Amino acid sequence: MKRFIPVVAVAGLMLSNAMAADISPAVVYDKAGKNDKSFNEAVYHGITKFTKDTGIKVREVEPTNEAQVGQGLSKLAKRKSSPIVGVGFSMASAVEKAATEYPETKFTIIDMVVGLPNVQSIVFAEHEGSFLVGALAAMKSTTAKVGFVGGMDIPLIRKFSCGYEQGAKYQNKDIEVMSNMIGSTGAAFNNPSKGGELAKSQFEKGADVVFSAAGGSGAGVYQAAKDLGKYAIGVDSNQNHLQPGTMLTSMVKRVGEAAYVSFSEAKEGTWKSEIKVMDLKAGGVDWALDDNNRDLVTPDMEKRMGELKALIISGHIKVHDYMSDKKCEY
Amino acid sequence: MTDWFEVILLTFDATLRVSAPLVLAALAGLFSERAGVVDIGLEGKMLAGAFMAAAVASLTGSAWLGLVAAIGVSILLALLHGFACITHRGNQVVSGVAINILASGLTMVIGLYLFNQGGQTPSLINDARFLSIELPGVELLSGIPYLGTIYKELISGHNALVYVAFAMVPVTYWVIYKTRFGLRLRAVGENPNAVDTAGISVSRQRYLAVICCGVLCGVAGAYISTAHNAQFVRDMTAGQGFIALAALIFGKWRPVSVMMACLLFGFLDALAVRLQGVVLPVIGEVPVQLIEALPYILTVILLAGFIGRAVAPKASGIPYVKER
Repeated sequence: MKRFIPVVAVAGLMLSNAMAADISPAVVYDKAGKNDKSFNEAVYHGITKFTKDTGIKVREVEPTNEAQVGQGLSKLAKRKSSPIVGVGFSMASAVEKAATEYPETKFTIIDMVVGLPNVQSIVFAEHEGSFLVGALAAMKSTTAKVGFVGGMDIPLIRKFSCGYEQGAKYQNKDIEVMSNMIGSTGAAFNNPSKGGELAKSQFEKGADVVFSAAGGSGAGVYQAAKDLGKYAIGVDSNQNHLQPGTMLTSMVKRVGEAAYVSFSEAKEGTWKSEIKVMDLKAGGVDWALDDNNRDLVTPDMEKRMGELKALIISGHIKVHDYMSDKKCEY
Repeated sequence: MTDWFEVILLTFDATLRVSAPLVLAALAGLFSERAGVVDIGLEGKMLAGAFMAAAVASLTGSAWLGLVAAIGVSILLALLHGFACITHRGNQVVSGVAINILASGLTMVIGLYLFNQGGQTPSLINDARFLSIELPGVELLSGIPYLGTIYKELISGHNALVYVAFAMVPVTYWVIYKTRFGLRLRAVGENPNAVDTAGISVSRQRYLAVICCGVLCGVAGAYISTAHNAQFVRDMTAGQGFIALAALIFGKWRPVSVMMACLLFGFLDALAVRLQGVVLPVIGEVPVQLIEALPYILTVILLAGFIGRAVAPKASGIPYVKER
């Protein structure tokens, strides 16, 4: 056992060196992991950019189960990391607990609101972004049937679904929108087999564009679309490159930028405990158009999307937010 | 063609797709448990197989090499299980659980090292996957109403591994009941003392059984990552190994009944996918949670009332100690 002691001592030394920076930002990903090609990965890109721009290292924790989320947060707080970004709705209670325990530490939570004086909450207007991709799906669909595959059945995912439905119906009021959820636990975000099966069943019922808001399960949905020669819409990150020719677009949620801004604010001392709403106007959500899907979007469609975007930003189209009353009536 | 007919057909079609890995894993469990080695580690072996299949297929571009690698790694884990509980007479349940944890962690670590994508493998191109096969005669039969559609949608158009899975049912039946190997395998699961008295090595027989188990788990894993999906994602087996274990008990350790149990679970899953969001008469729209719970509720009801007592092989779970 003795020869392990120097190793521990060296590790401890390295830790204390890392703490010498101005701020010591950290991030805790959710269970899907930082390379989920979707939500967490967007945050990862944001903090990589932050490290590149400022030279400040960001500590990362990738928990593999619920218990580790809380442990990760308090361990980071104990080591004087601040601000600590918690990625995802599932972290709310853990952030609340850690923030109460360490009132001196700054916490930032994405996708949820925690009402404590040392917590910054960043939420996104997913319903507006989903509205846009819903409208695009309706323009592309030749069968007047489009589908939605959600991950876990929670209000946040229903918000995507509801916005998507409104967009599709706005574009074509006779369109049929099918909506399915993969499951009711967190595992639903990591089950591509089930995602693929749900997408296949929607394609069999006549849908030809399916929007997936299901984290890692999305891969199954996109694969099913590719196998059957249909279209799919990605989520959170720009996922157009995953299956070029199949991915109609992606509903981009700029979570990476949100993390970046939060760290920058902390660095400049302007970090505030507040609720930030990142909507279409603020550039928090958008639809993705790049080389991978350029051929699928006609100039007419692109023009129409520009119009719709302007209408939402100017307030002429009010997209109903499912979270406001837990109903999808508009 | 009537609409409902096609809906039912497509549901059965999905049933076959979803059941295939369950059938393979449950038959794997059957070989092991019939020889007296309880195997909780089906899930882990499948997961390791799924990872190896996707990793090798993405590196070499060959689905078949992936399959071979999947079988290889699954056999290795099976031998590890055997080493712990046959040679060293360890607790079989503990060893199985250990294999599950090992597979869950190792696949992530190796995946991260190889591909640097958070434990996932890159998406496989079509050449590196098992694609659906069009059976001969589809054109010929397509003129016949119903039968032609059944043949086209249900029988034809699956990938090779689905056919392998269902072909394994009669093969397993034959091996277990009609061969000398099968007789000895069942004997070591029921009464190892008698086998030992007859001068046959109990350990050797049990090792052979867990190797068979490893082969089938490997195929199941390859199916999940390179046939049903096109990449490996962390913990992608999502509890199917345990469902297979339930099917094994459900089917009373008999090949055909086990397959039926797997088909039942597969059907409920396929049905659940299609029932979501559908408005049923009287009940209205069925909530996701209820549909998700349906297979488990049914299992409890069926186990309690209709299946009768499931009697495990007598020596299963008991390490064999030679009397001196």
